[in-house]
Formats: sequence, structure tokens, C-alpha cells
Amino acid sequence: MDKSLTTPVSGPAISGPAGSRLQTGPQGKRPRKVLSSRNIIVYGALGLAAIYYLIPLYVMVVTSLKGMPEIRLGNIFSPPMEITFEPWVKAWAEACTGLNCDGLSRGFWNSVRITVPSVIVSIAIASVNGYALANWRFKGSEIFFTILIVGAFIPYQVMIYPIVIVLRELGLYGSLYGLILVHSIFGMPIQTLLFRNYFVSLPEELFKAARIDGAGFWQIYFRIMLPMSLPIFVVSMILQTTGIWNDFLFGVVFTRPDTYPMTVQLNNIVNSVQGVKEYNVNMAATLLTGAVPLIVYFVSGRLFVRGIAAGAVKG
Amino acid sequence: MLNNVSARTQSSVSIRDLSLSFGSVKVLENLNLDIHDGEFLVLLGSSGCGKSTLLNCIAGLLEPTEGQIFIKDKNVTWEEPKDRGIGMVFQSYALYPQMTVEKNLSFGLRVAKIPKAEIDRRVARASGILQIEPLLKRKPSELSGGQRQRVAIGRALVRDVDVFLFDEPLSNLDAKLRSELRVEIKRLHQALKNTMIYVTHDQIEALTLADRIAIMKSGVIQQLDDPVTIYNKPKNRFVAAFIGSPAMNFLTGELAEEGGRAVFRTNGVSFSLDGYDASEPLKPGRKVTLGVRPEHIKVDGDITGGEVHEAIVDIEEPMGADNLLWLKHAGHVMSVRIGGARRYAVGAKVRLAFDMTMASLFDAETEERI
Repeated sequence: MDKSLTTPVSGPAISGPAGSRLQTGPQGKRPRKVLSSRNIIVYGALGLAAIYYLIPLYVMVVTSLKGMPEIRLGNIFSPPMEITFEPWVKAWAEACTGLNCDGLSRGFWNSVRITVPSVIVSIAIASVNGYALANWRFKGSEIFFTILIVGAFIPYQVMIYPIVIVLRELGLYGSLYGLILVHSIFGMPIQTLLFRNYFVSLPEELFKAARIDGAGFWQIYFRIMLPMSLPIFVVSMILQTTGIWNDFLFGVVFTRPDTYPMTVQLNNIVNSVQGVKEYNVNMAATLLTGAVPLIVYFVSGRLFVRGIAAGAVKG
Repeated sequence: MLNNVSARTQSSVSIRDLSLSFGSVKVLENLNLDIHDGEFLVLLGSSGCGKSTLLNCIAGLLEPTEGQIFIKDKNVTWEEPKDRGIGMVFQSYALYPQMTVEKNLSFGLRVAKIPKAEIDRRVARASGILQIEPLLKRKPSELSGGQRQRVAIGRALVRDVDVFLFDEPLSNLDAKLRSELRVEIKRLHQALKNTMIYVTHDQIEALTLADRIAIMKSGVIQQLDDPVTIYNKPKNRFVAAFIGSPAMNFLTGELAEEGGRAVFRTNGVSFSLDGYDASEPLKPGRKVTLGVRPEHIKVDGDITGGEVHEAIVDIEEPMGADNLLWLKHAGHVMSVRIGGARRYAVGAKVRLAFDMTMASLFDAETEERI
């Protein structure tokens, strides 16, 4: 520190190991004010926003745990007087959608059978695409990339009818494979963009070094690039899983009642016009449907942060 | 500018009429270069001069638009990098972050499916030479910058190749480590006697390491010579200004004749050119630039003879071992290097004499050496 900036009081220099005297004025740990006006505003705003978003969830959870008589009393914010898991059981295994009365479980397994292969296929292809576009520039690769990006901006509705025809011609219409194919293709633009930008951000010299070492296209991909790319794979997986799981449009268009994904089934349960509206069952069904993306966020979100914090990229 | 010294000794790397352009931008143009077996060649230039591009072409990481590249008399213009018999060291080390040092060293050998015993032997040899045995089990992130670069050199070493390529290997290191590793690279070259091509923008690295230096500017080799020649007889003004720190003094003026002898005249003051080794007759009236390095101007007690001028001290820059004196004379300010112990007051009068045997004259128009 500049001596002229400290107090002009004469005294021993701050050098003696044992006999050093502290001067008057600030010293030691800096005191922190907890209740500063800034903190109040920041935490207040954050708290309000959190409450605003959490109230519907709260209402859903308490409603799903109430019996119908209690719901008819109309106190939607009050906690259940008598906790019952009946609505959850009914939503999962007994609720009727169309002809089937085996609840959401059918839709859940359909959604799993759609989401898992779609996520794997789209990520596998998109990561190789991104790697090729980032590192193995070929003639016209920029144009190719531009076309791919444009694909991300075309509204899905425009393409539904042509795809129906294509799937019909391929004999895949109405099957889970058809939907898997559609999801894989529609994930491509954004996923490729994601992977390309990630691979571009990796040091180019690493790629050059691997080429000098004699590694080829696949060897560099599997042995150099993949091990460095955990964070982007997790990000991509989160995006694809939630996106495909939450999809309604493609699910309702490209499948049949017995292959409906969970979202479509949920809609059919909640929007059925016959009989009494079972709010508790509807709430439970909605929570069940939303549980998967939620769990994916919670589980892999932490993994994602760890992936970045590990500094795997720095070399 | 071309240096076709074929058949002098066996050349290890030779480049013929190499051109490379990115779209309409020409990075290299008709470049010819022969590098002898076991030679340490430094490609020197400021950023964007094409030196790294040239190195990448030699490595096979960039495809030339025109021309040919020979390594060990084999045309490798279209060969894959791994088949060229080269090893390369990068500025950012480019170590594979997820592999241990040992795996980093052996990666290329494992890719080439070389037997395990041979891999172990080569890794042991390379790590022995570079003294990185204790680090073999560590990951790159657990190494310091100097250790990382040593591992990167080791990775080139295990490949058992004829030609080593260095792409600014020391630029990411701090000054102290840089000078340490510089000595180590020189020692390595003396021990291995491989051909080494070394790209740098640091003239000290170039002057200390090189057998020959190729100074590049906008894709063209300006001069290819040994460090002493480059330093003392720069071919043109660019080379003269690029090499040397503190920089060479340039005085613009013209040639004249006084008493039957050639002189350099600037702002009415004449400097005798006695002792200057001109490559062509010094015709009076020609516009020229005189270049003199700070250590080739003698002051007061150092003057042993020749023409003496009088100058005024403008400013003094003590630099420890040396003292840099800025002198005003004949309308120019020139720097003079003297011993660190000799001090002058600003405004003092000093006597100075140019050592014309070490000076350089450049044509003002073409900037070529006369």
C-alpha cells in the first residue's frame, strides 16, 4: 500500500514480525451488514417471485392429497384435513382415457419408450454433426450449417402434414418409431448448433495435436472430444429430455390412442367432459407427468455444474 | 528474397513455390525454402506474417493452394500429418486434458498400434531426456506451465521423427521460465541433432536458438541468413528495424561526395562513409537511409578514431547493465548504448562517432540494402 495514503502518523513500519503495532482505524475482518437496503430489496424481490411461482404448485400438491368432499368446500389454499393418496393411485392406474382405464401408467411407459431412444439418437447424431462442422471444415460446410439453422426457425405446424405423408409412405405412421424419428430430426438444428459451438470453443490446437498423433475422424471424436464434452452432453440431454417429454403436438398427431405419450393422456384425463371433475385426480396426474422433467433438472443440473467446475476443458 | 541453395547439403525439408490463400486473401505467395538436415531454423515475424501458416502447411494441417513440400526428399504435399515424420509442439501445449502425462505421451503410439514394450521404452526415453518421470501419473491440470510445455515436447519426442515443428512454444510462459526452456530446447537440439523449425515473434529466441533465421513479412521471406548476418547486414530496412532491441537508428538523407570520398548528408551535416562495405557504387544524390545500431555509435572515451561529431544529451535511460543515451544531432534523435556505469546529465555535450563498418545504408525508395 502506498504510504502516503495511510495515516501520516509516524510509527514503526509494518515489518517487525513480533513487535508490530497495529495502527488505529479499520482492521481485521470487514464487517458485513445483513439488513442493508440493497439486500432487503434483492431478497424481497426474489422471495416474491419465488412465492408467485410456487403457489400454484402448492395448490396442486394440497389438492391432490384431498378427497373430493373436502375439495367441494372450496378452500383451495388450506392444507388437507385428511391426507389421502387415493387420487394419485387413481391417476396412475385407474383413470379412464377413451377406451382404456389403466390410468397414466400406459402413457408414462409410452413416453419413456419415445423419449429415451429419441434423446440418444438425436444427441448421438447431433454431436457428430457439430464435431464435423467445427473441426472438419469441408467445402460448403458453412452453407450446410446455415441451412440447418434456418430449420430451427420453421414453425412445426407448417411441416406436420408433409411429415404425416412421409411417415405414411414409410409405413411408420402411428407407431412409436415414427414419432422417435420425428423427434430426432426436429432436435437436430438446435442440438447441432449447441454441439458445434461447444466444439468450436475447444482449443483448435488440441485437434491439430491429435491429427499429428495420427488419430482419425472417429478416434479424435471418441478419445479426445467426447471425454472433454460431458457438460455439453448433459445440457443437451436436459434440453432434449424435457422437450420431448413435454411435447404434445407431435404426440397427438403421429400416434394412436394405445401409443399416446403421457402428455396426450394427461390432456384426455383432465379435459374429459363426462362425469364429475375430479380435481384431485387431475392435479395428481399433472404432477406425475411433470415429475420426469423436474427430476431430470434436479439430478443432472448438479452434474452439469460439477462438469463445468471440474475445469475439464482447461488444458 | 528467394533462397535456392539446393545441393549445398542434404535438405531435410524443402518447400517449392508454396502458395496459400484463404478465399481472396493470399497468405503465402510463391515461397521457397530449403532447410538442411539437423538445422535449427527459426521463422520470425510479427503476427499475421504467415509464419504459423507456413508451419501448419509443413505439418499438413493446412492444405496449400499451390506448390510442393518435401520432407526427407519425399513429396509429402498431400500426405496426412502422421505420415510426414514430424512432431509438433504448440503454443497452448494442447495436452489432452483427460489423460495422464504418460497417456498423453503415448497416445500417438497407441493410435499407431505400436507394441506395448516399444511404447514403454520410448516414453521412458523421452521422459528421461526431459526429466518428467515424476510427473508421468499426473493430469495436465496438475502441472505448471513449464512442465506442460515439457510434456508437449515429450509428445513430439516419442514419435521418433526427423523434423520437429515448434509453434511459438514459449509464448505462454513467464519471462523467467521462457529463458530457462529456451536453453533447454537448444540443449535438446544439440543432443538430438534433429531438424527443428521454430516459429516465434520473439527476436531474442530467434537470435539465441537459430542456425538460420527466416524473417517473414506478409507471406514473403525477407531474409534467410544466420543470426549474425541478419543482425549486422540486414537485407532491407524492414529486417533492420525488426531485429535489435533497442531498435536501430534511422537517419534519412542523401549520398554526396566531398573531397573525392562518399559521404552521407542529412540536414546539412555530412558523415563520412569510410569503411562502409557497399554492394554497389555510392552515387551522389541518391536518397538513402542510414541505419546504425545503438551499440555501433561510440561516445567520448570509446572513440578510437574516425570522424567525430558533437551532440547533446536529450534523455538518459539507465537499464542496469547498459545505459541508453538519446542524443540530438543533425536534426535527429538517436539512441546510443553505453556501459551502465557511465552517466550523463541531460543537456550535456558529448562527442560521438559512427562505426561505419557496422552501419547499413538503404535506398530510400526500395528500402533495399546498398
